[in-house]
Amino acid sequence: MFILKILIRNAFRHKLRTLLTILGITVAILAFGLLRTFINAWYGGVEASSASRLVTRSSISLIFHLPLSYKDKIRQVDGVKTVSWGTWFGGVYIDEKNFFANFAVDAKSYLELYPEFLLSPEETTAFLRDRKGFVAGRKLAKRFGWKIGDTVTLRGTIYPGNWDFVLRGIYRGRNETIDETQFFFHWDYLNEMMKKRGSARADQAGWYMVGVTRPDRATEVALAIDRTFKNSLAETLTETEKAFQLSFISMSETIIMAIELVSFVVIIIIIAVVANTMSMTYRERIGEYAIFKTLGYRGWRIAGMIVGESMIITLIGSFLGIVLTFPVAGIVGKMLSNYFPVFNVAEEAIYMDLAASIIIGLIAAIVPTYRSVRIRIADGLRRIG
Amino acid sequence: MAPIVEIINVSKSYWRGNRAIPVLVDINLSIAEGEFLALMGPSGSGKSTLLNLIAALDHVDSGAIQVGGIDITALSENELAEWRAVNVGFIFQFYNLIPVLTAFENVELPLLLTGLSRRQRNEHVEMALRIVNLEERMDHYPAQLSGGEQQRVAIARAIVTDPVILVADEPTGDLDKVAAREILELMDRLNRESHKTIIMVTHDPRAAEKARVIRRLEKGFLNDVHSQDPH
Repeated sequence: MFILKILIRNAFRHKLRTLLTILGITVAILAFGLLRTFINAWYGGVEASSASRLVTRSSISLIFHLPLSYKDKIRQVDGVKTVSWGTWFGGVYIDEKNFFANFAVDAKSYLELYPEFLLSPEETTAFLRDRKGFVAGRKLAKRFGWKIGDTVTLRGTIYPGNWDFVLRGIYRGRNETIDETQFFFHWDYLNEMMKKRGSARADQAGWYMVGVTRPDRATEVALAIDRTFKNSLAETLTETEKAFQLSFISMSETIIMAIELVSFVVIIIIIAVVANTMSMTYRERIGEYAIFKTLGYRGWRIAGMIVGESMIITLIGSFLGIVLTFPVAGIVGKMLSNYFPVFNVAEEAIYMDLAASIIIGLIAAIVPTYRSVRIRIADGLRRIG
Repeated sequence: MAPIVEIINVSKSYWRGNRAIPVLVDINLSIAEGEFLALMGPSGSGKSTLLNLIAALDHVDSGAIQVGGIDITALSENELAEWRAVNVGFIFQFYNLIPVLTAFENVELPLLLTGLSRRQRNEHVEMALRIVNLEERMDHYPAQLSGGEQQRVAIARAIVTDPVILVADEPTGDLDKVAAREILELMDRLNRESHKTIIMVTHDPRAAEKARVIRRLEKGFLNDVHSQDPH
């Protein structure tokens, strides 16, 4: 208790300097936490992906579609439990700035395959019955003020024309990693319209979502599916949902690396700031450390005082930084909701914040501690007066 | 009285670049238990260096120093730290109190290294502050005390562990006449009533008057013994 008292009083001996250092640490930890959250948000889809789902797409590119007839062949592959399919619709709601993901899916199998999208039984029934019905995520419906029964018109970019849909359900995510900004409607509705128009896009699926009987057989099933369509006109590439999501992220890997680098640079800068504060403290207190040694205090006790003071300053700043990360991430998340549907402060980011705080506190104290332990008492006492 | 401090052929030099500057040359000195010794001499004569060596704050180049029968020049740094905590009380010119601690807490500092309970520590601290007549100011911080009061706190801190010797480096050097006289009377009382061995460095003749033995250092050499009846 006595030592803690000394540490706290020493830490606030120069109030302005300590408060400015704490402010610096708070801002650094806040920035670090936000950047880590940003990176996590980028990987949000990967986090939410299931180990028991595969995605089958054209081996050439995602923009090439696959024949609808593949669904029956995929279903016959050993280890396959459920098959669903979908297509990226790319519709625009009123203005292009109102971007959100919208897909045409085989509704029944899709809802079966994605139990993390929580819909009430009434909403599910209403959606399945209405071919022009659609389901929106809670955040998306809230963003545009949509209510059940509202008609929403999307302007097609890939599929030309204005498309009217009726909101039949608003889903919630099973947990906070689930994207609640999606819009999905019946693939049958889209396909009928394509057939009517005589489009080559009729009876074509953008990709297949495949549920496997056992997650440990995912790789084996994926290979079996691709083998089925080998040497066909539309060869497939089947991978786990996670790998599928990661393939999107790999396109922006350089940006993520840059963000990661910046997050660590922020920590290095704040280490330098705290180290400077601790060095100033050491220079001012050389005489006091000599007094402690005179009284019989050994080097490790003095080291404890310096490291302890550094840790107190750092942990106060870090605590404030961590606490502030949540509301600030909330604000940033709202601002970036078009691009990052899930922008939550991950538990991992908090652990990294704490690890960074401890590293800052320890590294900043290394040089002052070394010097104070090494200094000869007589030399230290000469600095007084 | 048997000697409590024995200094045998001690020499000490400081280095300036490659050049050794002798500060103490072949010093021999015995200090009896319960003695009040004043070390006098001009600036740079080596008196503070000698005091630092006796208190194990610095190392000899050659020779030996025995305190209470222990050769302190043979002890390691850790052993010296323990030895100082038990055997030496320090009184400095600039008091050297820790500014963020109250008078009580400053006096308690050396006791934290002992195995005493909190209650026992409190008793010791209160007694030490009573001896220096500062009981009522125990909750004051150094900045709230006068120079004389701060030096009395420093004396309380020096005696709280009941050390074998008290070393004082210019204890009145930063005080006005009245405060200086109070401090010297207090040290005199500690010597007379508690039989504390006191070794004091000073170049103030009035301070030296309180000592029973005066030794003079000149350019690193110890001169004649001068015994006196203290005033």
